[in-house]
Amino acid sequence: MKSLSRYFVVALLLPGALGAQDKSAHTSPPVVPRNPNLAVPAVRSSALPNGIQVRVVEHHELPLVQVTLTVTGGSRLDSLTPGIATFMAGMLDEGAGTRDALGLQSELAYLGANLSTTADWDRFTIGLKVPVRNLPAALALMSDVVIRPAFRAEEVRRQRDLRLTSLLQARDQPNAVASLAFNQAVFPATHPYSRNANGDSITVASYDSALVRRFYNATLRPERATLFIVGDVDAARIGGLLTQHFGAWRPTGTAAALPVAPATPAHPATTSVWLVDKPEAAQSVIMIGWPGVDRTSPDFAALQVMNTLLGGSFTSRLNMNLRETKGYSYGASSGFTYRVVPGAFTASSSVRTNVTDSSLVEIFKEIRGIRDVLVPQEELDRAKSNYELGIPGNLESTSQVAGQMAQLATFGLTLDELPKLAARVRAVTAADVQRVARQYLTPDRAHIVVVGDLAKVKGPIEQLGLGTAKVLEVTKVAR
Amino acid sequence: MRIHHLITLFALLPVSLGAQSPRLRVPATVDTLPNGLTLIIHEDHSVPRVATNIWYRVGSGDEKPGRTGFAHLFEHLMFMGSENAPYPQFDKLLEPFGMGANGSTTEDRTNYLQDGAANALETALWLEADRMGWMLPTMDSAKVNAQRDIVKNERRQSYENQPYGKAADILPPALYPKGHPYSWPVIGSMTDLSAASLEDVKEFFRQYYAPNNAAIVIAGDVNTDSVRRLVRKYFSNIPRGPTISRPTPPPFTVRDTGIVAEDRVQLPRLYLGWHTVNNNHRDAAPLDILSYLLSGARNSRLTNNLVYQREIATSVSAFSDAKRLDGDYSIVATARPGQGLDSLKVAIDRELARLATEGPTARELEQAKNARESSFLNGLEFVSAKADQLNAYAYFNGTPDYFQKDLDALRAVTADDIKRVINAYLKGPRVMLSIVPMGKRELAATRVIIQ
Repeated sequence: MKSLSRYFVVALLLPGALGAQDKSAHTSPPVVPRNPNLAVPAVRSSALPNGIQVRVVEHHELPLVQVTLTVTGGSRLDSLTPGIATFMAGMLDEGAGTRDALGLQSELAYLGANLSTTADWDRFTIGLKVPVRNLPAALALMSDVVIRPAFRAEEVRRQRDLRLTSLLQARDQPNAVASLAFNQAVFPATHPYSRNANGDSITVASYDSALVRRFYNATLRPERATLFIVGDVDAARIGGLLTQHFGAWRPTGTAAALPVAPATPAHPATTSVWLVDKPEAAQSVIMIGWPGVDRTSPDFAALQVMNTLLGGSFTSRLNMNLRETKGYSYGASSGFTYRVVPGAFTASSSVRTNVTDSSLVEIFKEIRGIRDVLVPQEELDRAKSNYELGIPGNLESTSQVAGQMAQLATFGLTLDELPKLAARVRAVTAADVQRVARQYLTPDRAHIVVVGDLAKVKGPIEQLGLGTAKVLEVTKVAR
Repeated sequence: MRIHHLITLFALLPVSLGAQSPRLRVPATVDTLPNGLTLIIHEDHSVPRVATNIWYRVGSGDEKPGRTGFAHLFEHLMFMGSENAPYPQFDKLLEPFGMGANGSTTEDRTNYLQDGAANALETALWLEADRMGWMLPTMDSAKVNAQRDIVKNERRQSYENQPYGKAADILPPALYPKGHPYSWPVIGSMTDLSAASLEDVKEFFRQYYAPNNAAIVIAGDVNTDSVRRLVRKYFSNIPRGPTISRPTPPPFTVRDTGIVAEDRVQLPRLYLGWHTVNNNHRDAAPLDILSYLLSGARNSRLTNNLVYQREIATSVSAFSDAKRLDGDYSIVATARPGQGLDSLKVAIDRELARLATEGPTARELEQAKNARESSFLNGLEFVSAKADQLNAYAYFNGTPDYFQKDLDALRAVTADDIKRVINAYLKGPRVMLSIVPMGKRELAATRVIIQ
């Protein structure tokens, strides 16, 4: 089904019962009941004898269970071989234990299990979702994937070739190109975020089985692991099953040291414009931003409220301006990327080619506006309530609860943080919003990336005089 | 009454896993108001959330000639305010509940969905009722123009600025005869979007946006009797609309067609499309299982052969799109660098022929069914997903709690069914679209006449 998302009843046509219905009897909004309190589920914490941390939440709505294993590390350990962390993670389920890639998939699917193996900048994640009646059998397969991956030369070569192809195909995707160019602009070449987490065609071409194995031994280790279990299980009794499957996991060789976090790069001294040509593009992809902020910053609640009303909700200023009022775009948004090492602040939109310059003007106008003028109380209250009552929306399914726990744990936090965050959000004032906007939004010192039809948009952008414009080759950006 | 377990575990049908499958139940009440509005309520008290979900039984298939894309444009206009909730109150009143308001349009229906904190229920119902009953008094050309621009931007973003995006324009008119309700894309053409007028909006609203052409599902942490009371309070004053009669399109067969298009892409992509059956046909379930057998997992036939063994494709997917009136089946494969699309086409045809002759193994079939069953179960974790599925079943299958029956139909598929549907539908005339890099027409698949 092709589905597209949004992101006076005529009396003459309606014989009978007329008149009474041409007005609603209810001309004002209903009185709203009190907001529900945010309740987070209870967590049972323990550890396996080999040091793996265990966190269990009972969730008995459906006979399902989510098991998520995270291992601290991820792409920040890439440095010498860009892309190797995501590649190694992807290889984990391409054959493990006694089974090849196809045999493993067949077993898992037969059990109704979904298994995913990924890496982001902060950690490796192996996630299993399975009907609870098949949990023991699926856990046996999951432990093969984690502890006994095969990394057969033939499977590594196949996945390496597929990765090379996907790097090539990224050039077709204007959003992917913009994102790569943006990270190269905001972060210096020495910073890990300036690189593609999927690597580049030169480094990926050098991957082989021995390299993947070495990286695995040094990084995927029980002493850095936590198991999050959420679902239709008995928290007091799950330990035996986990010990059976993960208790024998021992580290091999020496661990790769977790790198000292690189300093957050300074905001640029002036504004720079980076342009990538996409001939005959129907739209321009715009990304504007600068280095971001720590998740554990005391300003986190105020920043989230500020962003909700700047570009984090449908009625946010960026969306209402660029989409609803001006009709330049299908949507505009903004956000901070929170990682152990802070990511960037980004405001972005895809806009009609002939209003690319005007869109830049409007985005900067909104960013400046939120710094220059105190936000009205009604707008502030709406953003605060939206953010606060949106929190339980991320705690509905077993996978969501496990995901929230894992995400919070990345920053040394637990689910108990969420009610505290809700309280902090309720306390945010208009002055707080203005203060964090002035501190963390630097519209006079920005990186601007535009991917579009440069024959049409380069001149008008340069005429805005925002900063030095430099044209980047797509083959250099998406290598 | 509070229902804490959606799934009741009965002692049951042993499946070949030797374990027991739960029976899927999503208990729902169904009422019809005097004005024809269908009301479906499902209580789920697991989290303090509520989802409201309205289906208007109108989609792009109901558009008149020269107005393609109109049903979806209209969906956007439904957020532009109504008599007592002027723009942009719809969003502004719901956001404080952490409630996202969205809608979507397909060939068959337009839905409007919200989910957020449970105390949003009455506000959401009031807003939905106000726009169902009193949307036109505040509608004007300026609003139509504004949303027209946004929808055109959506078309640019989702299709024109995406690699291979032009397939969405090319395939429907190739798969369905001229005039058939599915013979144009839901997004419509730029020309037709430009032509849409305020008069069209009024006519469409009067024809289709009436309670007797709508069903509302309320799912979540609610009390059934309170919901009934609130829905009557806000909706019962809205008058019934005209009865809608839709002519059944005449039967047809696809013309065997080969199409080549160029795009700014790195690699060529092959689309194969066939005419199949509607979503109530007994072959809809075998066609769905077939999709898993072909591309649902790494060890599925096409993925295994084209991506893993022969390494001629980067990806392949098979998809059965059975809609209310009719259906189609597609296989889409992207070539590896250096491969032309003929090698993909030949490999796909060979695998289809082999599966049609041998049939799937018992083990393959069971894997497919178990995987599909898990997707059913996983979908039940979200009240919003349940609400939309209840509405889908109510419209297409005549009863909202059709979950187990739907699953039973998948469970009943046999190896012979798979062989039969391949022979019946995927061996006849087809549409073959090659999208190739600019100037590389030699990579396109060549057409062969089907015997």
